[in-house]
Amino acid sequence: MSIAGRLAWAFVALLAVLHYDFWNWNDRTLVFGFMPIGLYFQALISIGAATAWALVVKFAWPTHIEEWAEQDDGAAE
Amino acid sequence: MISFLLQAPPKSTTPLYVVGAYLLLLLTFSIVNSRRPRGSAGEYFVASRSIGPFLLLMSVFGTTMTAFALVGSTGKAFDDGIGVYGLMASASGIVHSLVFFLIGIKLWAIGKRYNYVTQIQFFRNRFDSDALGYLLFPVLVGLVIPYLLIGILGAGSVLKGVSGVPTWITGAVICSVVLAYILTGGVRAAALANAVQTLVFMAVGVLAFFLISDSLGGRFEASQNVVENAPQLLAREGEIGHLQFLTYCFVPLSVGMFPHLFQHWLTARSAKTFRVTVIAHPIFIMIVWVPCVLIGVWAAGAGVEAPGGNSNAVLAKMVGMQLKNPWVSGLLVAGILAAIMSSLDSQFVCLGTMFTHDIVVHARGEENVSEKARVRLGRIFIVAIVALTYALSLFPPPNIFNLAVWCFSGFASLFPLVVAAVYWRRATRAGAIASVIVAGITWCILFYDGLVKPTMEGIRPEGDYLIWGMMPVAFMVAASTITLIVVSLVTKPLPSSTVDRYFGVGKLPAAS
Repeated sequence: MSIAGRLAWAFVALLAVLHYDFWNWNDRTLVFGFMPIGLYFQALISIGAATAWALVVKFAWPTHIEEWAEQDDGAAE
Repeated sequence: MISFLLQAPPKSTTPLYVVGAYLLLLLTFSIVNSRRPRGSAGEYFVASRSIGPFLLLMSVFGTTMTAFALVGSTGKAFDDGIGVYGLMASASGIVHSLVFFLIGIKLWAIGKRYNYVTQIQFFRNRFDSDALGYLLFPVLVGLVIPYLLIGILGAGSVLKGVSGVPTWITGAVICSVVLAYILTGGVRAAALANAVQTLVFMAVGVLAFFLISDSLGGRFEASQNVVENAPQLLAREGEIGHLQFLTYCFVPLSVGMFPHLFQHWLTARSAKTFRVTVIAHPIFIMIVWVPCVLIGVWAAGAGVEAPGGNSNAVLAKMVGMQLKNPWVSGLLVAGILAAIMSSLDSQFVCLGTMFTHDIVVHARGEENVSEKARVRLGRIFIVAIVALTYALSLFPPPNIFNLAVWCFSGFASLFPLVVAAVYWRRATRAGAIASVIVAGITWCILFYDGLVKPTMEGIRPEGDYLIWGMMPVAFMVAASTITLIVVSLVTKPLPSSTVDRYFGVGKLPAAS
């Protein structure tokens, strides 16, 4: 796997860790005047996840799986 | 101010006309667009493996989001606050896409190469075991039934809250409409209907968010009400424990074992078709869940009371109370029903597929059951299961969110099996069977203790059922994983001729 691919996977792992935002546990601050910070941060995790998966798809896509699936060697049952 | 806002307008029949028109349009659209060569099992069960990126995204997302995502999340946020988003939504954005990428694509490739149609076909051949197939069938059907139940109950609670329609009527109508287009067009009809319904419920969800916030005096005012009247809901402290939060992350693993999702994966035209789904899924979840969670806490801040303590009804009550225009209410209810039906249809088709392929065709032999007969048998089984689920919906449990979490926990407890099937050559037949049995027994014991027993005693469970502060799913996954590993290591490995077929994934033969 390329370095970019490994970094993309590392980004996914980082988001999984950041998902446990214990520092927001008791914080009732409203961001933008209406959005509770705990919800705001978790929404950012969702946006980060989409970004991370876009990077994984771009740099760590398993091309070989498709080639294997498309092979016609009479394997179908 | 708040008391004025809480005055519900008299119930109108207009929303019912809007919902009726929507159902009719949906039915027409699905049936007209699914008219491909009829009677072909490949078309009926896996849409000839021709679904493109957009339809796959819509069908996978629409299937995953059900009453749990709309009705359940609003009710859970009403009870436990904004932490519910971190429990399920953001965690699912990471875990679901991970499962699509690491499991879904591999299973698609194996399914395409060996022409599989159901999950059980794969497991039966992977472990060369008829017994595993016959064991998995009742377990998977048994877990899909509560999932169906969640949808029917959710639809009933919404329409009852807005227009006063008895839940049994709503359940019957919803089941009939979904059955009508499924029985006609199979999985392609489900995918097409899902695409339309997913667009409808996402658009309607965002619309509901703005209309409800306006009716509460704007989003600033709505949140300020929460600060003054229910500040505990703005954070997790006192509402959700740390271990509970962490162990909830096991719940989204369930997508790896949803049989209806497996079937949708198999409909993909190519592996590349998955790309859009993997990337967009977390964003789509956010678009649906953030408004629902905010509506739930705003309802609590505005002093809304859940009818009979049933938080399932909070979303319907907010729509019914806050939106004075019955046409708009009707549109919003149609959107909520769209989300619910977009899961029901896939589940119906999948059950028919499993019965036909994994029981009838497997027992009688492929050459003895014609393609037309398979489609017909699939339809008969679907009708039987829908009738059973409808009957169960007449005795509703108290909380949709909790029932859904139990259902997802059961599927998650089978997740180690699929991981081992595609990544661990040493997994054995005995290990796989033991793992399913242990997962089933653990689930039954905890489900009885956590939901059935209190319900039978007339006790409404407060919050999640926890063991040492952790979600039961953590124990179920641990038990099935340990069993799978230990039993596999002490039993005889499967012959290479069986295993090699599945671990050629990613390895091309040398060019000659």
